[in-house]
Amino acid sequence: MTRHIRHAGYFCALLLVALLVNAARVQVVQAPSYDRNPGNRRPDITRYEQPRGDILVGGRPVTGSRDTREHLRYERTYTDGPMYAPVTGFASQLYGTTLLESAEDGVLSGADPMLAPFPLWNDFTRARNAGGDVVTTLHPAAQEAAYEGLAGHKGAVAALEPSTGRILALVSAPSYDPQPLSGNGSAAARAWSRLTADKDRPMLNRAVRQTYPPGSTFKVVTAAAALDAGVVTDLEAPTDTPDPYRLPGTRTRLTNASKGCANASVREAFTLSCNTVFAKLGAEAGVTDMTATAHAFGFNNGALRIPFPVARSTFDTTLDQAQLALSSIGQYNTRATPLQMAMVAAAVANGGQVRDPYLVERTTRPGGSTLATAGSRATRQAMYPSTAARLRAMMRDVVENGTGRNAAIRGAKVGGKTGTAQHGLGNSGTPYAWFVSWAQGDRDLAPRVAVAVVVEDAETDRGDISGGGDAAPIARAVMEAVLKSPDQPFG
Amino acid sequence: MSKAGITVATADPPAPAVRRLPRRRGIELALIVLAVLLSVYGYCAVGLARHGALPPGAAGYGAGLGVLALLAHLAVRLRAPYADPLLLPIGVLLNGLGLVLIYRLDLETPGDRAAPAQLVWSTLGVALFILVVLLLRDHRVLQRYTYVCVVAALILLTLPILFPAVNGARIWIRIAGFSIQPGEFAKVLLAVFFAAYLAANRSALAYTGRRVWKLQLPTGRVLGPILAVWLVSVGVLVLERDLGTSLLFFGLFVVLLYVATGRTGWIAVGLLLAALGAVAVGRLEPHVHSRIETWLHPFASIEAGEGANQLAQSLFAFAEGGMLGTGLGLGHSFLIGFAVKSDFILATAGEELGLAGIAAVFLLYGLLVERGFRAGLAQREPFGRLLAVGLASLVALQVFVIAGGVTGLIPLTGMAMPFLAQGGSSVVTNWAIVALLVRVSDSARRSYDGQDAR
Repeated sequence: MTRHIRHAGYFCALLLVALLVNAARVQVVQAPSYDRNPGNRRPDITRYEQPRGDILVGGRPVTGSRDTREHLRYERTYTDGPMYAPVTGFASQLYGTTLLESAEDGVLSGADPMLAPFPLWNDFTRARNAGGDVVTTLHPAAQEAAYEGLAGHKGAVAALEPSTGRILALVSAPSYDPQPLSGNGSAAARAWSRLTADKDRPMLNRAVRQTYPPGSTFKVVTAAAALDAGVVTDLEAPTDTPDPYRLPGTRTRLTNASKGCANASVREAFTLSCNTVFAKLGAEAGVTDMTATAHAFGFNNGALRIPFPVARSTFDTTLDQAQLALSSIGQYNTRATPLQMAMVAAAVANGGQVRDPYLVERTTRPGGSTLATAGSRATRQAMYPSTAARLRAMMRDVVENGTGRNAAIRGAKVGGKTGTAQHGLGNSGTPYAWFVSWAQGDRDLAPRVAVAVVVEDAETDRGDISGGGDAAPIARAVMEAVLKSPDQPFG
Repeated sequence: MSKAGITVATADPPAPAVRRLPRRRGIELALIVLAVLLSVYGYCAVGLARHGALPPGAAGYGAGLGVLALLAHLAVRLRAPYADPLLLPIGVLLNGLGLVLIYRLDLETPGDRAAPAQLVWSTLGVALFILVVLLLRDHRVLQRYTYVCVVAALILLTLPILFPAVNGARIWIRIAGFSIQPGEFAKVLLAVFFAAYLAANRSALAYTGRRVWKLQLPTGRVLGPILAVWLVSVGVLVLERDLGTSLLFFGLFVVLLYVATGRTGWIAVGLLLAALGAVAVGRLEPHVHSRIETWLHPFASIEAGEGANQLAQSLFAFAEGGMLGTGLGLGHSFLIGFAVKSDFILATAGEELGLAGIAAVFLLYGLLVERGFRAGLAQREPFGRLLAVGLASLVALQVFVIAGGVTGLIPLTGMAMPFLAQGGSSVVTNWAIVALLVRVSDSARRSYDGQDAR
């Protein structure tokens, strides 16, 4: 009997070994895949177990966390939600994260391994670190000016610091309050369905995710290409352009909104925003040079992240001469985000150099010590510095004598370019009013701000005057806000 | 080789007189104190993790558990001084850990506090332990009650049929607000019956009857009654849809038959019958069929968009635990929902104590079972041997069936994790099992000490 008792004992030992091996399989080998299973609520619970880090604008958090004492414990709160929504996005327990909340989620939620004091030990214990903060480059006064300027309109504003690429303002209108989306209750679901059903699309970030035909503001790019390519050497010389101008190889006649464009010089044409002259200039510069310059400004780059992705601005590279002529005045397939057009203005202001824009100055640990800084950005030379200088002069002319007078600021050099973009089937839609500009205080060494404004529902349809009438005052308010701020290195 | 065996070999031949075996009651006491301290520590850890403060009842809980354990220890000291010193501390530690886990889960379900009731049942269990140790002077007395045991077991098993089903299984009876699972008590009685019957008839079983091919078939007169009892039990359980317990009885029967007769053929027959039964039940019972489907595809319900089922939730809990666990009080095993305090209590242990904690729990059970087998080996007369082996196998099989079920090793059958799970009947029964093992191990070692042998 003893022998058989032992056998039975071995059998029980075998069962024990099976249990141990299986437990190791579940808890160690399979654990990572179980953790990733969509049915597993634990990652969500862990994620919301602690307050999320904050997004800071001008040293002040514009986000917060609220303790709900539910299973998904902390909810996001927003200060001035609609104003900062195109930057922060939302952080919702039901609908995930967008924009900065998404791009910097690792830091904010505490999942970023950089936040761990001892990363390897952290992997072992799987402890979660407190969330870090994200310090933005936004200029609060500029953001506010842009937000208030767009109030009641549909449109967007993007403002940059030309020398660095810092994004000073990023506004999209109409906007929304991300706050009601934070939780996971029925209120959040109702807010979500209301926002997604809204035909004005308040959750669309028009400043970076929407492209518009840039219209006449694209003439800055065309002028740069023509000057760099040597198509134009003397800005004052007549360009031998008829008005109206017949598009090459077609019978289509291109006209102007302004008078005095026939045979105008480039400077005059720029100030008056003559379509004919710039269409001809683009056609003369050729597809290769136009494309190269557009690329250098950042067109056709789908990889730009600020750190959330920016929609690709396009300049068609397979064009016949007529299409090229139209593209050169910002029509046909040419499309740009407001941010892209701000980059164009910034490049002119910055001696021809384009800095990739960025929105996050640095990320910090919960205590405030720096985790990572923006670092230096890629720089491209979009045009010769001499070309940039000439364009600056022309853009100042627009503000002083041309279509952009509404952007003039006392005590500052301001350069700008208006635009009115036709769109819709047979150009039936209300034209988009554009204004791109830069400004330099009289005591500043270099331009401090470049702005692009687009207003979708401009009140008037009077050619470039609508760009000057609707968009330019908003740009001026933004530029003034930046120039007035005391805490900048210059002035 | 058992320690007892070595002692006998060296002590027996020269001096017939007194070479006293070490009783090791001091070690038992130390281990009990350690077990109580560990439980109180766990209780405090839960409170600190959840509220940042020691839980209000920590001292009372520790004192209560300590007093119970000490009383049990005194009973052993008094009436079973030679008993294995590990049995009682393991029981105390597992019961203490179970109370901690249930208390911890109570925090997630404010409307359903189970820990106080479990403490009352644990007290009853320890009281039963003390009673058995004090009153049952010799386990062989039980042999006299062989048929009382089997009748009582069958009555207990059939009783729940008269009561309404709870969650699909008719295994509870409700009296005055208490629900009792009579099957839990029945399993000890059946173990006693099997052990007694097989001990009395083992030679007949092993050596009489016809030989068919390689199998020695015993005569129907000997095999008949036990087979009948077993069949009736399993049949009743199938009717009650308590597949875990029927599996348990089946395993117990096969193990004891094998140990008693020494015929490997019984194992073959047992496995064959088990396979046939499993296929038949799996085909015919939709309830069982769905369990098997769930076992094979635990995440199918998630892919179907219906959310995670209990087994999936249990696996997620184990996975979350990883190597070291989230820490007591810091897991989310409440997501398992229904039965988290009973059938799925191991998942809480797995999540919050990790693989390390689960392995420790399994090893504790392993140690308990091993001590049971050791008591059986050390015992000389067949009833004691079979009783110890039967009780130890019961624990081993039950742990395997439920732990294997919640970790996805085998299809899930609802059963209580001995000592850990919420459930009064289960706790009381398990204390009775430990008491009987204490009794058998005491008598085994006492006999070597020359007090009772000749």
